[in-house]
Formats: sequence, structure tokens, C-alpha cells
Amino acid sequence: MSIQVRNLSHVYNKGLAAEQKALDNINFDIYDGEVVGIIGHTGSGKSTLLQHLNGLIKADCGNIIIDGKDITKQGISMRDIRRRVGLVFQYPEYQLFEETVAKDVAFGPKNLGLSEAEVESRVREALEMVRIDYDEYGQRSPFELSGGQKRRVAIAGVIAMKPQVLILDEPTAGLDPGAHKDILNLIKDVHERQNNIIILVSHNMEDVANLSDKVMVMDRGKLIMVGTPQEIFSRRDRLEAIALNVPPVTEMMYEVKERGIEIDTSPLNIKSAEDVIYNYLKRIEMNR
Amino acid sequence: MENIIRIENLIFDYPREEGKDVLRAIKGISLDIEKGSFTAVIGRNGSGKSTLAKLLNGLYVPTEGVIYVENWDTADDNHVWDVRQTAGMVFQNPDNQLVSSIVEDDVAFGPENIGTAPDEIRTRVNKALNDVRMGEYRLKAPHMLSGGQKQRVAIAGVLAMKPKCIIFDEPTAMLDPKGRHDVLRIIKNLNAEGITTILITHFMDEAVQADRVLIINDGEIILDGNPAEVFSHADEIKDAGLDVPVAVELAVRLRKRGIKIPDDVITVEDMVDFICQYK
Amino acid sequence: MIRDITLGQYYSVDSPIHRRDPRIKILSVVMYIAALFIVENFIGFVMAAAALGLAVAVSKVPIGFIMRGLKPIIFILIFTFSINIFMINGRVLWKLGFLEVTDNGLYTAAFMSVRLILLIIGTSLLTFTTTPIKLTDGMERLLYPLSKIGVPTHEIAMMMSISLRFIPTLMEETDKIIKAQQARGADFESGNLIARAKSLVPILVPLFVSAFRIALDLAMAMEARCYSGGKNRTRMNGMKINSGDLIFMAANILFFAATITLRIWR
Repeated sequence: MSIQVRNLSHVYNKGLAAEQKALDNINFDIYDGEVVGIIGHTGSGKSTLLQHLNGLIKADCGNIIIDGKDITKQGISMRDIRRRVGLVFQYPEYQLFEETVAKDVAFGPKNLGLSEAEVESRVREALEMVRIDYDEYGQRSPFELSGGQKRRVAIAGVIAMKPQVLILDEPTAGLDPGAHKDILNLIKDVHERQNNIIILVSHNMEDVANLSDKVMVMDRGKLIMVGTPQEIFSRRDRLEAIALNVPPVTEMMYEVKERGIEIDTSPLNIKSAEDVIYNYLKRIEMNR
Repeated sequence: MENIIRIENLIFDYPREEGKDVLRAIKGISLDIEKGSFTAVIGRNGSGKSTLAKLLNGLYVPTEGVIYVENWDTADDNHVWDVRQTAGMVFQNPDNQLVSSIVEDDVAFGPENIGTAPDEIRTRVNKALNDVRMGEYRLKAPHMLSGGQKQRVAIAGVLAMKPKCIIFDEPTAMLDPKGRHDVLRIIKNLNAEGITTILITHFMDEAVQADRVLIINDGEIILDGNPAEVFSHADEIKDAGLDVPVAVELAVRLRKRGIKIPDDVITVEDMVDFICQYK
Repeated sequence: MIRDITLGQYYSVDSPIHRRDPRIKILSVVMYIAALFIVENFIGFVMAAAALGLAVAVSKVPIGFIMRGLKPIIFILIFTFSINIFMINGRVLWKLGFLEVTDNGLYTAAFMSVRLILLIIGTSLLTFTTTPIKLTDGMERLLYPLSKIGVPTHEIAMMMSISLRFIPTLMEETDKIIKAQQARGADFESGNLIARAKSLVPILVPLFVSAFRIALDLAMAMEARCYSGGKNRTRMNGMKINSGDLIFMAANILFFAATITLRIWR
């Protein structure tokens, strides 16, 4: 299972005064089991790219090959794409519509044409994965749930389609810290259990750094950097030039370094920052 | 220093819905807010913080207890417009609080409602839009603006009513980092100009910039003090389902390993200063 | 895309038409529509089209923008055209099986279509050149006499202006919901009529929920900003009729008189 994107371009409002290159010759590969973070400020083309991967937008030119199948080719069935690629939009709780949580989660699998028994078992499995108790919540209206719960049910609706590629657009937007953590854990769980490709778009650099194997940076429709989180976030100046930041702890390490202290700026999370600072302070103490 | 808001033994119940018990959202809060201060209110969803905000503005009326805004009882029908004019409010969703299809008309909405003279409205609208740096967008339609820009227009709409206090109910929750940054900077500027600021937020890096932090959990204030005092209770904050600021988290961890970090290391800048003493 | 619909939007530019008093513009459009139903011959339509063309040119609204406004009514246009062309008796011009095209049919169909197009362009020119607030203000003042007999004119005007404000928001919302449900495998294109109607449920329910959420939020925000209905409200932009408005009105009356004359004299 892999994704290859070749020479992908897309223009909005073609031929009009407002013509805008949303995607400009994008090329990348994603390999089996990878978690990929996509960053870029609003309007950089991230959403357009995601919608291409899911077949919601047709490519103007270029190829998207998922698991050996070119989804930009004529005659490819949408159902086939959706079975492979699941897309969770921003604020997905706004698309809940069924009378019960279980029915809502079943919507996707049913559309795939699965048998009733299979749908049922997938609904149970998906709800379990997002930690919503089927027996307690399955028959309740999704509109009665809390914000964080609604979000998880909505994500379950896509997970239940068992996509080989799971794309999440800003899955933690607007949540409180507790619900935010729940979502991150849930993404990790899904990845561990299904070993699918996960593509995560987020403005939260800390999340991107901690979850991703690979980070892609977009700016004005172009893919300008691809690398490990370590590689990408070691280029703070380049990111700043396109209005992006490094994770908060990393930013702190850079600020210390700017004050003339020789310190490692690679930590991307609190744990490693703690170690680096601890070791630095101990070393100073020893030399005294 | 004078208090602009006084809350005495506040209790608020949401009315009973069919088949459900009364939901007590605020369970006894007493609190004074000093004129010109900057207070951050933190709490997880459902903790009662938004309810509190709506009570301060007279949108909800206390079930028990009293709230005074500039000595007006918010439950007193004769002064409800005085209360709302004094304590303006900015909401979370940037889209759903703009009334008009034209930015400057939207900003004029508040002053028009309170019967301000046309010339005076024009002056206020221009000033408010400049204060939030949206002057050049005054004839644009809201749906053409970014989330952060819409939120700035919403702030201008409140400013045009010349409030003494503004309550921001998670104004940055739906914004991207740039929008968040811009809105926060404006909030801080307004506070510096003397507007009493109450900022409800999930973001700890925003809370550390306030001069007072309140942590609300389950309808009660569990911590209240300056950021240094409040964030020294890292465990209690985490138990309430919240985060602590990055620098505080680091300090807690380093202290456990025997490094003596003063209690007032709260912000990233504090932590940088602390490390840089050791050269 | 759904966002391309320009009907009912305001086109922000400064022009003599934009500057006209909304009341004058509303009255003019009403008169123009009446005129469109009075004219019944070629010269009349040429006159009406020329008058509108002049107004469009002066308004500085690009033709392309106006044409895009016609897009959503193409279906209605084709429908009216076909109904008229095949249903009206007269001298037969062509015969396609049981369908007959008659000279009268052709004339009527052409006139009806032109009438519809001019009507849509005329009314949309009003919304393109008048901010919704001014439009509703104008309506409110024109309808003011009715408030004396208990018609809630202010409330009606406010409702209209809020609807206009949220049309783009709701369209964007609809777009998002459609895409999100498509991503979950929803199919809106195949199946019979019942299946298709049923396939709308996953769009309509979230859309209603969104609309309700917006309404609740907005009501709260308006209250917080001291809204209490039309009483004691002032306006930033007061309305004054100036000489430009009078000239514009005079030109309109002249045009209206000309159409009537044309009709009577024939």
C-alpha cells in the first residue's frame, strides 16, 4: 500500500479574473504504514490536496496512484476510491444526521454496499476504537452528546469504512485540552490497529511533530519541503518566512540558543527538552 | 482599586428540560473584577465558563445571588442596556455574530441600537475599525474575510459601543495561528488602553499573559490568583482536565529531578531567562 | 460550484447608481418591472433593454458578474421558452413530430424570455448596487405607513437583511456538508426519484442543524449588542434625496411614460 502523486496541479476559477493556482506541480510518495503531517498556513492548498486524494476534486493534470491504481483515470468508480481513502473534514461533527449514533456510523459502510452483519460489526468496532460505548450510546441521538463525543462519533463514521488511507483535516480544532488529547490518542490507536496510512493536517506543530513520520510543508500551492519532523523543524527560519512556527518547546530552545548558549535545538517535545535542559544545567554545575 | 464587576454567591440553573433534571451550571461563585484588569478564565467544555460570561453581560439572569456591573444589578430590567453597553461581549464563532453584509454597517449595529446620533456613530465606527486594524476592509462583505479578520470586526462592533469591559468567550478557538496571534495582540492592546478584559480560553499560552487567572471546574472556581500562583498547582489543573503552560510543565519536571526553578517561571520567556542565567 | 451564484449579492464599487437613494432605486425597479409587462412589441423591448443597458454601464458592475447571476435561472428560462414555443397556436413554422412551432409561439417565447432576463438583471442590478442594509432600510421606510396598521415593517426588514447576510455562509456550509457526505460514500446522482430525494436527508439535516445554531448564536450576539427591535434605533447612514436622485427618478418616469405611450398608440 502506497501513494504516489505526480505532477498534480489544480487551478480554481480557470479563465476568470480570480484564477488561482491552488496546486502547482505537486510530487510526493507516501509509503505503507506512514503517518504524514501536512502543514501550511490557511490557503496554502492543503485542503485542495486532501480533496484530490479522496476524488472529491478532479485533477486538472497529474496522477494520483493509490495502491497501484491511478484514481485520476477515467472510469474509476468513486466507491473504489472511498473504500481506499477516508477523509475526515474539519469540524466533522457538523455532518452528523442520523437518529442514532449507531445509524450514523453505519452510513459510510452501508454506502460501500457491505452486508448488514458486516456493517453492524464495523460500527461496533469503530465505536470501540473511538472509545464510545456502543451499549450506552449506540441508540442515542448524536445531537445529545458533548462536543468531544460528537467529534469522535463523526470520526468513527469514517473509520468504519476501514480506509487504507485515513486523512484528517484539523481533527482537534476548537476542542478543549482533554478532548484534544482523546483525539490524538485515538489517531494513534487506529494507526496501531489498522496500520494504515494516516495523513494529518494541523496547525498544531506539537501534534504534527509528535505523531508524524514525515512532514510535508505547503506554501501557495507548492509542496516546498518534505522530511522527518526533525529535519523540517530544524529549519525554523525557512518556516518563519512562510508564517509557520516550530513546536513551542522547540521555539524555546531556539530562543535560548539565540541568547548565546550552546544548546541542542532539536527537542520537539517536552520530554526531550527536559533532558536537554537538565543535561545542560548539570554540565554547568559540574564545571563550577 | 475600584471593582467594575462584583459577583455575590452566584448560582445558575439551566431550566429543566423534559425528562431531565435541572442542570446547575454555576454552583456558588463570588468574585470581584478590578477596573482595568486582565483576567483569564480557564475550564474545560461544560465547566460553566461560557455560562458565566453570558451572566456577566445580562444575557442570562442569576438563579440565585447577584451580579453588579458598575453597580447595576444585571437582573434589573431598567438597566439591562447599561449593563450590556458597559460589558460588551465577543463570541467564539466569528461567522455567527456578524449581523450585516457590510463590515462598517456591522460595526454600526450596536451604536444604532442604543440610539447614538448618526455623526457620532460614524466617528465611533471609523475609530473602532482602525483600532482593530480593519479600516481598509470597511466596505467588504464578512464572508470574504478570514476567521481572524471577522473576529476583529466583531471586536470593533463591541468597541463602537464604548464599553468599559469586554468579555471574550473563546475568541480564538476557531482561528488559525495567524488569526489567533492577531486577535490576541488586539486584546492586549485594548487592555493596555484601559478596557477591563475577561478572556475565556483553552490556550494556556494566552492565559499566562493575563494578570489574573481563574480556573473553573464543574461550576466552581477552583483556583484564583496571578498566573504564578495558579500554575504552581499543576496537578490540580491537570485533574480538572486542563493543560498547564509549556514552561510550567517543564519546570515541574525539572524540579522533580532536583533542579531549583523559582515558582514564578510561567512563560516561555521566564524559562529562557532562567536557563540563560547559567552560562 | 454553488459559490458561483452571484444573485442577490452586493458588488462593491462606487458609481452613480450605487450612490442613489435606495428608496428611489426600489421604486424605479418596481416601475421597470411594470414597464416590462406593459411593453409587448419589438421596439418596446429594445427600449427596455437599452434603458437597462445604460443603467448597467453606469453602475460599473461587470457584465460577466451579471451574467453569472443568470445561471441559476437558466432552467426556468428554458422551461418558459419551451412551454411558450410549443403551446401557442398560430401559423406553423416547423413541425417536429407532434410538436409544432408557430410564429406566435416563437414571438411569445422570445418576448417572455427577454422579459424574464431583463427582469432578473433589473432586480439583481438593485441588489448589486445597493448594500443589503440600505436595501432593507429603504424597504422599511417605503413600507413605514403599513406599520401604522400593525405590520411589523422593521422586523420584516431585519429578517431580510439577515437572510442576505447568511446566504453565502449557508452556501459554503452546504458545499462542505455535501463534500463530507460524499467522502462517506453518499451518492446523490443515481437511483430513481425517491432514492434521490432520500439521499438529500444527509445534507438537509446537518444544514438545518447549522442554520439553527447560527440563528441561536446570532440572536445571542444581537442581544448582547443591545438589539431590542426597531424602537429608538438610529442609523449611521441617514437617507436624503438629492438632486441626482431626482434626475434618476425623472428619467425613470420618462421611460415609464414612454412605454405606456407606446402601448396606447399602437
